[in-house]
Amino acid sequence: MIPAAVDYSCPSTVEEAVQALGDEDAKVLAGGQSLIPMLRLRLAAPTLLVDLDRISDLRGVRSDGDHLVIGAMTTHAAVLGDPLVNQYAPLLAQATATVADRQVRHRGTLGGSLAHADPAGDLPAVVVALDASMEVAGPGGRREIAAADFFVDYFTPALEPGEVLVSVRVPKREGWSTHYEKFNRMAQGWALVGVAAAVRRDNGTIAEARIALTNMGSTPVRATAVESALTGADASLEAVRAAAAAAAEGTQPSGDLSASAEYRSHLARVLTERAIMAAVGQAHAA
Amino acid sequence: MTRISLRVDGVRYDDDVEPRTLLVHHLREQLGKVGTVVGCDTSNCGACTVLMSGPDGKPVGVKSCTVLAVQADGRDITTIEGLSGPDNTLHPVQRSFHERHALQCGYCTPGMIMAAVDLLSENPDPTDTEIREGLEGNLCRCTGYQNIVRAVRDAASAIRSGGESAEPAPPTPEAVDAATPDGGLPPDRVPEEAVPHPVP
Ligand SMILES: Cc1cc2nc3c(=O)[nH]c(=O)nc-3n(C[C@H](O)[C@H](O)[C@H](O)COP(=O)(O)OP(=O)(O)OC[C@H]3O[C@@H](n4cnc5c(N)ncnc54)[C@H](O)[C@@H]3O)c2cc1C
Ligand code: FES
Ligand code: FES
Repeated sequence: MIPAAVDYSCPSTVEEAVQALGDEDAKVLAGGQSLIPMLRLRLAAPTLLVDLDRISDLRGVRSDGDHLVIGAMTTHAAVLGDPLVNQYAPLLAQATATVADRQVRHRGTLGGSLAHADPAGDLPAVVVALDASMEVAGPGGRREIAAADFFVDYFTPALEPGEVLVSVRVPKREGWSTHYEKFNRMAQGWALVGVAAAVRRDNGTIAEARIALTNMGSTPVRATAVESALTGADASLEAVRAAAAAAAEGTQPSGDLSASAEYRSHLARVLTERAIMAAVGQAHAA
Repeated sequence: MTRISLRVDGVRYDDDVEPRTLLVHHLREQLGKVGTVVGCDTSNCGACTVLMSGPDGKPVGVKSCTVLAVQADGRDITTIEGLSGPDNTLHPVQRSFHERHALQCGYCTPGMIMAAVDLLSENPDPTDTEIREGLEGNLCRCTGYQNIVRAVRDAASAIRSGGESAEPAPPTPEAVDAATPDGGLPPDRVPEEAVPHPVP
């Protein structure tokens, strides 16, 4: 199918982009890997596309003290190959490797994945687990939004009209071990459920854990009951299994053709156990 | 209308396009690059895969049904039509698809070959699993994939053992003349065997 007629602008600074978005019914175009399919099906029909492609400041990863700053237009492929990401935020690389396929990863961006706020998207849970924050520019200037507050509802980020996601600030987590465990039924498939796990150990016991779940509700959810059960526990299979039993607590998964809500809750428990064990195993190897 | 300038298979084309035009439609309908096909409406099948240079100039595989022509402004594109060399010498991936019988109906083949070229440019010696994962964005309804994996493995070793380039061939001298509005060769230079004849 062919998208509805639309105007196009390709600003070269964030300020120009914000100005162009003053137009009612304008929409940001990043990699287009979610937006173009929606335009084609005419599920979206903006009057103006504001393409961020020429704003070179929005691309790339840099180190800023104890944080990484990742530009919103950094593609999935660039995130995967970035040495800073692999060193300081391997969880993001682990999850990005499971996103879609090579072609989509060449075009799709981190910022687009987060702004799209798809409950089945893999990266929202990762930024929540890592306690990242979003830098946003709008008509009223710049502001920062914590990842935990960024995802409001299905496909609804906490962006006001005219706001552009500029970058993602991710705390460097040295000494943490991480894993993203995703369950899907076919190649390039979306997660039925995904689990982003980050664990810090101290002398064999788990000192701190951060677990966030993909597709267990309208937004990514922290598995706080699992996190507190893990704190102070030893990293044995029994202890991890006991903690993971609480993974679906407080979640509201939906049921659809691929999985019922009960099945998703079951997956959350099993995948949480796998994610933590894989994270811990990786720490052994290191 | 927005003015765009693309280099496709080594030839530069300047055109006015509607911003809503998908790259695959621009390639097929405006430039006559009908080797690149559309297989789905969902960005899943990969039949439309072409190589497109990124902001750093490096060519990477993209689904041309999920790129707007305006987004490709200033970029280099290689389609399946730009892979073979002068005298129709096949690119090593094309030849191994032929020799390994890696196609049946052939509909997925242009995208499959471009995705394989993209994969081998990053990983010249992939395992079978890496080939399968590297091609996960491409669907084939006929072959069951076995021969596709074999063909990519063969092409990889042909390229590694030297003598063969994984780069797309440089444009032929004819390609530049062929940059007529509807692409394709001027009618008097179309070889007889390329003209389709109705089945009696
Ligand atoms: C076949 C296929 C399979 C996929 N599988 C997966 C998968 O398994 N897991 C997964 O997580 N994703 C998957 N995706 C989605 C992919 O990750 C997309 O890259 C991503 O969802 C959107 O990123 P984009 O840069 O393409 O954004 P676009 O499509 O350009 O934009 C998406 C939305 O975000 C808005 N937006 C984008 N950037 C900004 C910004 N900087 N500021 C404000 N608003 C912005 C746009 O206006 C639009 O509403 C898949 C996509 C396809 C086509
Ligand atoms: S036509 Fe199917 S992915 Fe482009
Ligand atoms: S050969 Fe028919 S779809 Fe692949």
